[in-house]
Amino acid sequence: MKVRSSVFASTILILEVVGVALFLRGFFPVPVKSSLSSKNKLSDLPPEPLTGGPSNASGTPKPLFKRVVIMLVDALREDFVFGPNGRMFMPYTRHVIERGSSLSYVAKARPPTVTMPRIKALTTGSIPGFIDVVMNLNSPALLEDNLIWQAKTAGKKIIFYGDDTWVRLFPKHFMEHDGTTSFFVSDYTEVDNNVTRHLDSTLKRDDWDVLILHYLGLDHIGHISGPHSSLIQPKLLEMDDILKKIHGALVSKEADGSLPYLLVLCGDHGMSETGSHGGSSEPEINTPLVLISPIFKRKAEMEKPGVVEQVDLTPTLALGLGLPISQNSVGHVIPGVLEESSLREQLRFLHLNGHQLSCLLKDSTPEYEKETGFEQFRVAEKAHGSWMKLYLEGNTSEVLTNMGKKVLKQYLEALAAMSSALSKQLGKYDMYSMIAGMVFVFQLLLVLLLAMPEALSGSASVDLPVLSSLLSLPFYLLCLFLASVHVLVCTSAESSCYFCSLSWGLVFAAVAFSSAMFCILISLARRRLPFGSQFHGKSPQISSGSEWMLSELDVLLLAGTVGHTLSLAASSFVEEEHQTWYFLLNTLCLTVFQDVCRKYFREQRGSGDEEEPILSKKSQTFSHSGSDIYSEKWLALATPPFTLLCCRLLRSLNQTGVQWAHLPDVGHWLNSSEHKVILSLLSAFCLGLIYLLVQRRCSWVSKVALAFGLVGVYSYRAAVGNVLFPWQHSSRTTSKGTVEARFVYVFILGILFSGTKDLLRSQIITADSKLKSKGLWEIYSGLVLLVSLLFRAHNLPVLCCCLLIQTLMAQFIWKKLHYDAAQTTIMHYWFGQAFFYFQGNSNNIATVDISVGFVGLESYVEAPAVFLTALSTYAGPLLWACHLVCYLSSERDRSPVAVGHGCYCLALLRSVPAAAYIVLVTVLRYHLFIWSVFSPKLLYESMHLLLSAGVCLFFITMEQTQPK
Amino acid sequence: MWDHEIRAMVSTHALIAASMFMATVLPAVFVEGFSVYRTHLLWLYCASGAVNVVSVVVFWLLGVTPSTKKHTLGYKLSRLFRSCLYFFLSCLFFHTVVVLYGAPLIDSALETFSLAVLLTSLTTMRCLCVLGPNVQAWIRVFSRHGAMSVWDTCLQITVACTLIGAWMGAFPIPLDWDRPWQVWPVSCSLGATIGYLTGLVAAPAWIHYHRKHLTYKCK
Ligand SMILES: [Zn+2]
Ligand SMILES: [Zn+2]
Repeated sequence: MKVRSSVFASTILILEVVGVALFLRGFFPVPVKSSLSSKNKLSDLPPEPLTGGPSNASGTPKPLFKRVVIMLVDALREDFVFGPNGRMFMPYTRHVIERGSSLSYVAKARPPTVTMPRIKALTTGSIPGFIDVVMNLNSPALLEDNLIWQAKTAGKKIIFYGDDTWVRLFPKHFMEHDGTTSFFVSDYTEVDNNVTRHLDSTLKRDDWDVLILHYLGLDHIGHISGPHSSLIQPKLLEMDDILKKIHGALVSKEADGSLPYLLVLCGDHGMSETGSHGGSSEPEINTPLVLISPIFKRKAEMEKPGVVEQVDLTPTLALGLGLPISQNSVGHVIPGVLEESSLREQLRFLHLNGHQLSCLLKDSTPEYEKETGFEQFRVAEKAHGSWMKLYLEGNTSEVLTNMGKKVLKQYLEALAAMSSALSKQLGKYDMYSMIAGMVFVFQLLLVLLLAMPEALSGSASVDLPVLSSLLSLPFYLLCLFLASVHVLVCTSAESSCYFCSLSWGLVFAAVAFSSAMFCILISLARRRLPFGSQFHGKSPQISSGSEWMLSELDVLLLAGTVGHTLSLAASSFVEEEHQTWYFLLNTLCLTVFQDVCRKYFREQRGSGDEEEPILSKKSQTFSHSGSDIYSEKWLALATPPFTLLCCRLLRSLNQTGVQWAHLPDVGHWLNSSEHKVILSLLSAFCLGLIYLLVQRRCSWVSKVALAFGLVGVYSYRAAVGNVLFPWQHSSRTTSKGTVEARFVYVFILGILFSGTKDLLRSQIITADSKLKSKGLWEIYSGLVLLVSLLFRAHNLPVLCCCLLIQTLMAQFIWKKLHYDAAQTTIMHYWFGQAFFYFQGNSNNIATVDISVGFVGLESYVEAPAVFLTALSTYAGPLLWACHLVCYLSSERDRSPVAVGHGCYCLALLRSVPAAAYIVLVTVLRYHLFIWSVFSPKLLYESMHLLLSAGVCLFFITMEQTQPK
Repeated sequence: MWDHEIRAMVSTHALIAASMFMATVLPAVFVEGFSVYRTHLLWLYCASGAVNVVSVVVFWLLGVTPSTKKHTLGYKLSRLFRSCLYFFLSCLFFHTVVVLYGAPLIDSALETFSLAVLLTSLTTMRCLCVLGPNVQAWIRVFSRHGAMSVWDTCLQITVACTLIGAWMGAFPIPLDWDRPWQVWPVSCSLGATIGYLTGLVAAPAWIHYHRKHLTYKCK
């Protein structure tokens, strides 16, 4: 079966996406969940254990607290409260911690330290899987069993003020709520005032049981200026005042002799030294947890806070409020909270917690009976029963107390063991799915590699022996073999495997596909081999001597691609991947510069040079237009240094990565309010330049549309408040700019439509390559307009430089130096990668700018939001890939198969690192940084693969040349 | 055919390598706490100075430098002046390139410039010694198939090795190992030095093993 290179490459890439998806499904552990879909109910609670006869009473334990106030300060770091500066930052809190009746702990948050997964962890008590971060983009209602639902079902009245993530997670759960959006990160006063303004009236009232306050200001300050900024202290003092106010109000209400109150001060996650969060560094995961209640012992001095898990708060609060612990909670109750209640109650609480944990353990692990924690719990339960028997008989001796204490200790040990066993399950990988995905990807990659000589040949088509391999005996044997392996694996003990849960049809298709791939692989390899064996001994010398003369550029391109792939094995190189690309890009520009110099300076001395007669002839023909060639020479010579300069400037626009992310960059400088004028001028200039660069090859209709669109972009930025409008009243409030953005969308759609129309016309009616390249260019300019709308104002220079470099390079370098399709493709790919980081991205999920998902939308709508976010994140690589299509199809006169070659190279360039990376991740799956460094990169890598598959499809439509 | 020249080259390279070794060892006697990491800039200046002086002396004694037709003092002075100018310009050039590669513009300008001085001493100085301050000759030597003598080939190899060494020296910088040699510009200058020493060994060896295939055009 003969297929064109582009079709071949795109098919392979799409299938690779499927393979990677299977791998991802196996790699990201599904969070520990109980198989029961219902939620825990009060009536389901186990009876108090009692040996000999069923226990009669006390199905529900008495709650410890009447009212609970949870004050959640976003990004509250442990040292803000407990550290040496704590006394300065939060004087009242420190006083209560040191002298008052309180308990203080350092609560460890699990990575990813992002707000939404943290809220989920705090309310459900489970540890959300990594995949929840991706779901952070949209937060649908939480359906899992959780504390808020339990409280509401028990008839507790809950009031919530703060981040509206809560309102979205728990719709209709709150008696009263006022969600503030964290949409504008630059605002750190309004968000908190919106919460505090309700406080006075609420505290006076008596009609609520749980009050939750979520303060966002501190987190915003961290994002703006880091944990050492001067804004931190006033904000913390404000928080301290609020705590004082709440505490005072609670104390004054306490007198009526009912159950006591509980005031909880906690943070959802910490803040790294650069002020961001999401990773797993110490300052990010350590948050303070301060419990204040009159039932706790009064402290005499500052004690070193103990360490607990953040999820331990959930069962503690549930038990404290007399609610069932939510089903999937993996934490265990904090023993200090229970200390002042009676021994019987303490044992009862621990028993309930243990029962819940053992149920979860039973549900999630097949071999739960072998777990030490489970065993310990059974023993403790039995001991508890006999203790109860003695207790109910009225025994009050010392022996009984000692025995009770022993049971208590047993319970605590069992709880800790079960809790850690459950948490550890997150580290379990579905190896079978991972290996299956990996095998797919590798088969595809090998086929891609083996087809290289044909795919890059003059005919740009690959002859795949599909039929012959489908009819061969090995294919059927292999099918049989793989199917039996599948059955064997799936029927063996490990049943929690995604690939096994697929339907039989799908599995059989996968098995058949894999065996077919294997047969094709073998026959392709056989086809390559005879070439080597026939000319044994002779051919390598010939080929190495004459054909495989690599220029410096080729060596660099090869070494760079291989080196980058290898560098992904080191966590630092993944964190600082932008450095790799900048470094390679710089070297590339220098090598190109050398090539240009060589060309022009050799030509100058051409006539006396008998070595290169072709060149000297050329210089004679050129000499007709002396001044033209002269200016062209200097422009060509100036292009690489100019590119280098652009890259150096862009590099200081956004500092990314980890090690140097805290350094001041131009982006922050531009975004500060005192430089608004400069930012406005800069973005206006950039938009003008973008217009000049893009309009050259558009039809006049598109030119007008483009101009209006770019003006619309500027007015959108002005409406949002990023830049100044010349005739704007300074006191105008910022809006969301929906109207302006939609205005731009109209023009984008117009341009895209006219481009598509041209393309279709050239495809179907006339085989006019000029019309085609015009249509292509219009689609490209539509994309540029869309990107300029989505990019933040300070990132417009990135877009500008991108267009400028593309224009100059295409004009003076790629065309003039006769680089072939493969070289051009690799260069485009490198530029695309570098621009991905120039625009401020990194391999950390935290740098994805979600706010672009709201451009032109009133509220969150999933599909466009995801699309826009993906587009703006990958704008750099996409723009360069699109430019590659435009460039290669305009070069068709020179080399008719250039598009096919380009598509093949792009597919190869993308699949080599992706395939290598999934192997690396599998090998490094127990690495310390697997969740904080390698997994986010894996997500980025797969997303990029998906987008490249899309671009390759675009290539196919372009390659359809008229038959010869 | 060129046994004589290769032998001269080996001895020259041995001398230069020895001078480099002395520049690393000797200052420790005079300066308290001298080490390659801690007093890196000092070491860097010592090494560059030693290489410069030894190359000039050796190549002048060998007479590799193309002889000039005119022997007037004024012409010699202008040559000397031009050589100094080229040396300085080359420092500036390397400084610019290193900044383009991402070295901070203002913060550690001295360190960057010192690295540029080292690179100039290891590469440009040799060009000046072998080819003289003649840009046309430089361009000829560094274009493909441009070597016209054993010394030209040797120059190509050492310069390429030095630059590749410096280039590879940048690799460990992003790693989070916090070693003393990861501090800017230690790894790069060490890389350049190691590359240069490799080049000194590799050039005669390569020429020796390829002497049958090497053909040069007449001057
Ligand atoms: Zn948060
Ligand atoms: Zn945040």
